[in-house]
Amino acid sequence: MTVTEAPRSGLSTTTAISLRGVSKAFGHGGNAVVALEGITLDVARGEFVCLVGASGCGKSTSLNLIAGLDRPTIGEVAVHGRTALMFQEAALFPWLTVRDNVALPLRLAGRGKAERHRRADELLEQVHLGGQGGRRPHELSGGMRQRAALARALAQDAEILLMDEPFGALDAMTRDLLHDELEQVWSTTGLTIVFVTHNVREAARLSDRIVLLTSLPGKVADEFPVTIARPRRIDSPEVMGLAAAVTDRLRAEVRRHGD
Amino acid sequence: MATGIEDQKLAEEIAGLDALEAHLGTHPSRGRRLWSAAWPKLAAVLLGLGIWQAVVWSGWKDDYVLPGPDKVLPALVDLLGTAKFWRAVGITMRRAVTGYVLALVIGSVIGLAVARVKLLRSAVGSLITGLQTMPSIAWFPLAILLFGLSERAIMFVVVLGAAPSIANGLIAGVDHVPPLMHRAGRMIGAKGIGLYRHVILPAALPTYVTGLKQGWAFAWRSLMAGELVAVVANRPSIGVQLQFARDFSQADRMLAIMLVILIIGIVVDTVFGRADIAIRRRWGLVDPAS
Repeated sequence: MTVTEAPRSGLSTTTAISLRGVSKAFGHGGNAVVALEGITLDVARGEFVCLVGASGCGKSTSLNLIAGLDRPTIGEVAVHGRTALMFQEAALFPWLTVRDNVALPLRLAGRGKAERHRRADELLEQVHLGGQGGRRPHELSGGMRQRAALARALAQDAEILLMDEPFGALDAMTRDLLHDELEQVWSTTGLTIVFVTHNVREAARLSDRIVLLTSLPGKVADEFPVTIARPRRIDSPEVMGLAAAVTDRLRAEVRRHGD
Repeated sequence: MATGIEDQKLAEEIAGLDALEAHLGTHPSRGRRLWSAAWPKLAAVLLGLGIWQAVVWSGWKDDYVLPGPDKVLPALVDLLGTAKFWRAVGITMRRAVTGYVLALVIGSVIGLAVARVKLLRSAVGSLITGLQTMPSIAWFPLAILLFGLSERAIMFVVVLGAAPSIANGLIAGVDHVPPLMHRAGRMIGAKGIGLYRHVILPAALPTYVTGLKQGWAFAWRSLMAGELVAVVANRPSIGVQLQFARDFSQADRMLAIMLVILIIGIVVDTVFGRADIAIRRRWGLVDPAS
């Protein structure tokens, strides 16, 4: 087993993330559950990749491996650049104001107070929360909280943003606006984004490439490059058409488990 | 440029949706809040006085053993007018504060150590809960053996009474930090001491405050027991006054002092209650209308 944090060879400067034959099992012996098996995946710098799959496809496990929160059982995970992670829940700290939440990563990185405040306000402005910095997380709507969490992730100065079903708990209207917002942030920052979702349309709306994972164990079943011109709409015929093709493929995978 | 217009549109749409969705709590006026908090308490006090007076009128005990509020309240007013009484309150409160602060420091240090170190927890975790259930009066024979009839004997018992609750509050607070907060904290770069300082301890605060409040209750009880048992020369504390009133068969004065003990306990408890509510309000854990 080898795990490389910042490899010197075998990784070109245009690759942000490289998984080579990665397997991950939980538990031991007969009770072991294989969450991922033989995943090989490269993500280019600045690319927006969506991981899509049914339940048990190991989407979240993959993100944990990339984020360094967990280690693979077999295989190699190479990540070029710092990662930030966003969850389905905003996970803002209720004892801090929105601004202090965004500023906390900067504080942990040892930045001065004036700089922290300035940068936090800048980031809040960027996610359209300018002027809301003094409020408490509970005073914000779900969509606003998720944007504050995005600002907090951006405050980590990461090159790679990992998102674990970040908009899963939001209503459709809010989600659509957050798609626009995220696309805007992505295009202005040049972040590499790995976005996990079970919503195929969301994947077609956002990504450069959709990676379809099988379930139990999670393997790469198929990849779909998304070449639809941006800006996109989730209800455009192109996005819906692609989503339908991916859904058909996904259903074929799910059917195998019914047999 | 087209994207400029698109950006503008997006900003407006987001602002519009935020305005529709963000919940803006309306606060009832301060006067109304105070009144709605005060009247049930006032009613309960009146009911309590009523029952007391009824028992006295029933003739169950002689008037000089159990005087009614009509005798005790004037005695209380008399008491409040004497310098001796205020000196007693001063002595007792100084003991309460000193003992409580000591317990706070000791309890917090032990609590944090036990919460952090697995070995310590398996060694003394249940012992702390055991100490918490131990009646403080049971410590006095040992305290008096160790320290004589002195301030230190009283402090010893007050600290032993309060510190376990405070330690347990901190341990429970640290244990119940949601895993998501841990994960979020680690993800944004908090580790070691930083994780404790910026994530775990703030997240543990509400439970810690509950422990502090319980610790105060134990400290106050232990102190009163201590002042009755360990009478220190030339330190006429509230407990000593209570004992004197009994010794001189001044039942009205004795009950007046008991009322004072009750009121001090309630006032301090209210302070902790306020702190608790303030934290939960800030965190959005209470309905803003309540």
